[in-house]
Amino acid sequence: MKKKPFSAKIILRKEVFEIRAGMDLRSALQKLEIPSQSVLATCNGVLITDDEIIKPNDVIQLIAVISGG
Amino acid sequence: MKCGKCKDKAVINMRQHNIGLCKMHFLAWIPEQTQRFIDKYSMFSTSDKILVAVSGGKDSLALWDILSLLGYKADGLYIGLGIDGDVNYAIESLYYCQRFAKEHNLNLITVDIEEEHGISIPQIAKKIQRGKDKPCSICGITKRHTMNRIAREQNYDVLATGHNLDDEAATLFGNTLHWQAQYLRRQNPVLAASESGLARKVKPLFRFYEREMAAYALLRGISYIYEECPFSAGAKSLFHKQLLNQLEYEQPGAKLQFYLTFLNAKETGIFTPSKQKPAELNICKSCGQPTSAPELCSFCRIFDSMQK
Repeated sequence: MKKKPFSAKIILRKEVFEIRAGMDLRSALQKLEIPSQSVLATCNGVLITDDEIIKPNDVIQLIAVISGG
Repeated sequence: MKCGKCKDKAVINMRQHNIGLCKMHFLAWIPEQTQRFIDKYSMFSTSDKILVAVSGGKDSLALWDILSLLGYKADGLYIGLGIDGDVNYAIESLYYCQRFAKEHNLNLITVDIEEEHGISIPQIAKKIQRGKDKPCSICGITKRHTMNRIAREQNYDVLATGHNLDDEAATLFGNTLHWQAQYLRRQNPVLAASESGLARKVKPLFRFYEREMAAYALLRGISYIYEECPFSAGAKSLFHKQLLNQLEYEQPGAKLQFYLTFLNAKETGIFTPSKQKPAELNICKSCGQPTSAPELCSFCRIFDSMQK
């Protein structure tokens, strides 16, 4: 798949989502229907908050935080 | 977002407290708050000998880390349940506990159920009807029994578990949906020791969101098992957590309020004492631990039936 210009990636476990850069993480998670309370996000190994504006070529790794059974 | 204390870049936004914190202030805030809750709920003191139940997950290892940082005498207890689930779950979870203990020079007690009883938890679940194909109920009985046994045998003053606010709120939600009055009466961050031999139990992390504990583990560099217990898929408690998180998204602080107002309501007498006589605890004829059953406790009944 050809990479779209100005896009970024969000990775959760084995899933990779391509999203448009320029929006904040909160909106991106909402768009992907990922509850923001259920994940932490890191970019380049640094924990980021959900008001962070996603830049082109960012690779955002999500860490699922909900456990138990 | 800026840190509410120093104006550096925040690494976490805690909407329920209306504050974001940078790494340095968040890593200081978590132990400070834990100490505050330990004191507020009179959980234990520095002279107490604490047994921390560790599973290799973020919450229990974070708790062990925090208690050690705060200067408490805390040993770890890992219970090997023989759960593999094609992901080496048991081996990995033990590995993370041993690694943490070694790196922090802490004492880890390990109990392997299969070594002690010749059978693993999933094997028992397959043999008996209880829980159908899932061993969760037997797993819970085994963990509670073993934790209490070790706490008693090795003279620990208190047993600490890593339950967080999301765990507690999900349990409360499930119990409320079914109006499980006897469970609602018992749900508390501190359960006193009983004369019949139940160890004192505390949950020092009960006011932190699960997300905060994951952030703490990550920022402290604590390696933990990321994989879920293979039997947890489809668990009701996970579904309840999801529902509560949807509510939290719309109303920041809803989870915390739900649980804290419940504790407060209990304090102010929302529950009348049960009309039923409290179950008298007997001593299990096989293991000597307290039980509401007349002869053998649930644990001994299950494991004894495996010998036949």
